[in-house]
Amino acid sequence: MIAILKYNSGNTMSVQVALRRLGHESVVTSDPEILRKADRVIIPGVGEARSAMSSLRERGLDSLILTLKQPVLGICLGLQLMCSRSEENNTECLGIFDTIVRRFPSDERVPHMGWNNFKSLSCAPLLKGLKKDDDLYYVHSYYADPVDDTTAVCNYILPFSAAMQRNNFYAVQFHPEKSAEAGAQLLKNFLEL
Amino acid sequence: MLKKRIIPCLDIKNGRTVKGISFVNLRDAGDPVELARAYAEQSADELVFLDISATDEGRKTFTPLVKKIAEAINIPFTVGGGISTREDVSMLISSGADKVSVNTAAILNPSLITGLADEFGSQCVVVAIDARLVDGRWVVCTHGGKRITTLSAVTWAHEAERLGAGEILLTSVNRDGTGEGFSLDITSAVCNSVNIPVIASGGAGSPEHFREVFAETGCTAALAATLFHYGIIRIPDLKKYLSENNIETRC
Repeated sequence: MIAILKYNSGNTMSVQVALRRLGHESVVTSDPEILRKADRVIIPGVGEARSAMSSLRERGLDSLILTLKQPVLGICLGLQLMCSRSEENNTECLGIFDTIVRRFPSDERVPHMGWNNFKSLSCAPLLKGLKKDDDLYYVHSYYADPVDDTTAVCNYILPFSAAMQRNNFYAVQFHPEKSAEAGAQLLKNFLEL
Repeated sequence: MLKKRIIPCLDIKNGRTVKGISFVNLRDAGDPVELARAYAEQSADELVFLDISATDEGRKTFTPLVKKIAEAINIPFTVGGGISTREDVSMLISSGADKVSVNTAAILNPSLITGLADEFGSQCVVVAIDARLVDGRWVVCTHGGKRITTLSAVTWAHEAERLGAGEILLTSVNRDGTGEGFSLDITSAVCNSVNIPVIASGGAGSPEHFREVFAETGCTAALAATLFHYGIIRIPDLKKYLSENNIETRC
């Protein structure tokens, strides 16, 4: 069973229908029991870091996420929440990835909106079958500095983390649910981990 | 590298697409879902759906349609047309729309932009500006381009960004439907006055027009309707042409 985390931030429906197109049903939930038992957990995200983190804390989901053992995938804001801190309203985040989320320079065209490719840094299983020319859909104003856990880097104004992994925690800055065939491939990879 | 986006726009009336459609292999060209799917398969980068229903009855068909579109396509889409309240937006976003575009309602009530950006995030608030050249001045029009205001298009774009818009959809009313090419001057002026993405719209008639607007202005996307609906240009051919002219798009 696939659980999509329900909190105050979300394009949960888009993720749910993308999984359905791949033939998988999912539940949108904030129930700790269901989240613990799920085979996969997805943390979707569109929104603002501080209110998203307080919404997780209110429900005790911040500590729950850290105890999950199954593959977990953070998308967009989901990736940023997995980092240690975000400059967006100076927010303490989950601290899975030891990096800081920063805002793109304000004199540049922001949000980074549209299709962009990435460069793989390792043979990450999540990125299997994706080629360097494959474009994925991004829409974000904040980015995570590349660190050791960064498995792919995208370039917009500067290089940033397009994909990250630490143990069972996976994250992508782009929206696989909105990224046509390349995005579907990534979701499929996540389900097959 | 961030690619330039090609965006077909579909006008929806009473839940059906209007304007002639000459797609081959479509069972029902008036069905927005089927048309959307065909565009997605042709590598359109995003889609825009504008509800032009004149009656409340017609409007009621839009939200369920948005849900069907979200289920059918795997690329982002924007919905617009007559959106004036946060309730409208909430319903459309929860039905699966990625962005909403506001036009007249934002001009009448600019705080709408801030309210929507605070609640749903700037990235889903597109401010659509219909600009018209009147006595040598590009001014903003409301009510589908019918009413002229004294507000400068550049000033309004700048203000919309300050209020929280995440993107500007700029349409040249003078060029719209003419096929004479995008209005490069106003597109350039708006792009230079804001730091958010700008979609150029109105006047596309040939692949060269797309090349021109991407090469000569700061726009990051270009929108067209008739051109694509009538099959005058196929999106894969347009993208091939742009790539041969050093404009990068998604293949």
